[in-house]
Amino acid sequence: MTQTDVAKPSVSTPPQRSRSWISAVVWIVIAALVGGVIYLSLSPGGSPLLYNSSGSHSWFVDMIFQPATVAQKLVVMVLAIAAFLAVMAFILWVVDRTSVPKGVLIAGFIGPVVLALASGLLWSAIKTIIQSFQKFDQFGTEIGWAGWANYGHVFTSANTHMLINTVVWIFVVPIFATTFGLVYAVLVDRTRFEAAAKALIFLPMAISMVAASVIWKYVYFQPAPEGQPEIGLLNAIVRAIGITPVNWTAEYPIGTFALIVVMIWIQTGLAMTLLSASIKAIPDEIIEAARIDGASGWRLFRSITVPSIRPTIVVVITTIAIASLKTFDIVNVMGNNLTDNNILANAFYNWMSVQQPGWAGAAAVLIFVVVIPVIVFNVRQMRKSEAVR
Amino acid sequence: MTTTPTLPVPVPVQSGRAAKLAVRAEAAKTRLSSPWASLIAVVIAVLWTVPTVGLLVNSTRGEPGPTTSGWWHLWGVGSGFTLSNYINAWNGNGGTPLSDYILNSVVITLPAVVMPITLALLAAYAFAWIDFRGRNLLFVAVFVMQIVPIQVALIPLNTVYVRFGLSSSFWSIWLSHTIFGLPLAIFLLHNFMKEIPPSLVEAARVDGAGHVRIFTKVLLPLLVPAIAAFGIFQFLWVWNDLLVALTFSGDTTRPITAGIQQLTTQFSSSGNILPSAAILAMVVPLIVFLSLQRFFVRGLLAGSVKG
Repeated sequence: MTQTDVAKPSVSTPPQRSRSWISAVVWIVIAALVGGVIYLSLSPGGSPLLYNSSGSHSWFVDMIFQPATVAQKLVVMVLAIAAFLAVMAFILWVVDRTSVPKGVLIAGFIGPVVLALASGLLWSAIKTIIQSFQKFDQFGTEIGWAGWANYGHVFTSANTHMLINTVVWIFVVPIFATTFGLVYAVLVDRTRFEAAAKALIFLPMAISMVAASVIWKYVYFQPAPEGQPEIGLLNAIVRAIGITPVNWTAEYPIGTFALIVVMIWIQTGLAMTLLSASIKAIPDEIIEAARIDGASGWRLFRSITVPSIRPTIVVVITTIAIASLKTFDIVNVMGNNLTDNNILANAFYNWMSVQQPGWAGAAAVLIFVVVIPVIVFNVRQMRKSEAVR
Repeated sequence: MTTTPTLPVPVPVQSGRAAKLAVRAEAAKTRLSSPWASLIAVVIAVLWTVPTVGLLVNSTRGEPGPTTSGWWHLWGVGSGFTLSNYINAWNGNGGTPLSDYILNSVVITLPAVVMPITLALLAAYAFAWIDFRGRNLLFVAVFVMQIVPIQVALIPLNTVYVRFGLSSSFWSIWLSHTIFGLPLAIFLLHNFMKEIPPSLVEAARVDGAGHVRIFTKVLLPLLVPAIAAFGIFQFLWVWNDLLVALTFSGDTTRPITAGIQQLTTQFSSSGNILPSAAILAMVVPLIVFLSLQRFFVRGLLAGSVKG
């Protein structure tokens, strides 16, 4: 995608009409809906507004909110899609009438998105930030302000391993995934088997991290009891060369590195794809010129390839770093719930499941705070690399 | 970036000498990517593939193969090669059948893909082609939302769902995935939409077409690749998601990822069906991915990297 700075002229719209008060009404309705969601999230408790699962309802209402059978689930799915599309079609039909003021037109096109993002993402983020400064009892009920205590809790000595692990994840995964991805992309570039070779590395990206964890379970499987064959590949290899088998995912710090290997295994495909595209975009002339000057092999790679794709390398490293920071699935499935293997994103989930929105909020905000500068940097680099391309 | 070679590079004159040079360069390249390079590439490829092969083999080993010996013993242990693990996994082998989880995943995924695409198409159109006050500000706001980690939104969203009586229903999962997918969808579709020549839209306007006609008749057909790119992203993201699933799903709405996660905690009772269950969980995303790979890579290069 090339970045063009030439502003494209917008389609001219008919002049404002006299019935512009309608658009004010439409926007007030949207704002009221957002405000309603905010109000409801501030005052929990009371009976559910749309559906009370303990009350009795007609079979249709039950089906819409709690479908039980296969057929009901499929019907609800189709109904949900159909109803949603019908609402969208209705909005389009309304805004298509020529007498509609421009404000209504715009509200029709972006109102639903504004509603969803303002109440679902923006307000939720603000609420989480507020909660990270609040105190909660063991049932998750808010009982006043906590100051920085929740953040203090995240940084207590009990969480030392978790914090160290998180930092290790953020640095180790991107470095290795990018290195493997880059080396592999260069090695298979323009060979006969390129497509197939790339697919092998890329497929882990398509499956879930849960499935990847199951795959690796049979690599890291705990040592077999005396006299029995090993189930895990790694322990079988280790035993074959005469070392005592290890319970790879349950010991510190080996466990953390065992989990990191899984993430590297997944992310290398991403690095390879982005870097490969970038390598192919290096003009042939540059490479030929370098060859004529006598550069080849390692020197060509170091002096021409790497400098040419440096912006992409930076984007890849930062992207994978963010993904590593947010990794939850691998640690949740493979980490055996050991505090030693924990990382921030998993700590967030654990605190959320034990009804501690304050601690969980602090963890979420910390993730947010670490992500912001990285992404700002990333976007700048991406602009730069696009400008070069 | 000072070290980056700057464009434009003069186009070489296509003389006989240049052609010969090109041939020589090509020959040098193939020569240098010879023994060692090939060896390293093969080693990486094998390392990346072996764990998956192991799971595949394990999924076809009869009881008690997968729980008592390594997969490299192949089918020599227990009852040999069998596909009954798949049948047992599908039927649950006493627990919740995998077919339930897969059905839930389908029911969750399809609306969670359609909804953000529809909403984002409308919004991206307005951002690209309708001039209004505060447009740039609003677009930047939406763009910035991409950086919000979903962890930040989960707990307050759950409060709202409980208040509406939607908790642990499909509705809460659909809405969550829609909200989380929107910023990327708008960004991506807006990028593609702005690449469509304005003259095309102008011409339609001159012919008297309104916004809706332009949107549906002129732009939509051109946007199919972009929609496919985001669609496959959102599909894989939703199908493979565990965090949203564990947070919002209930007993009757649990998707496949959460189902597999549960199976891993019961290795003693379900160790024999775990490999085949995991394979079954991978089949759908792999099919989608392999058939739409083109669009996936295009979306990736356009900046859709979500975490």
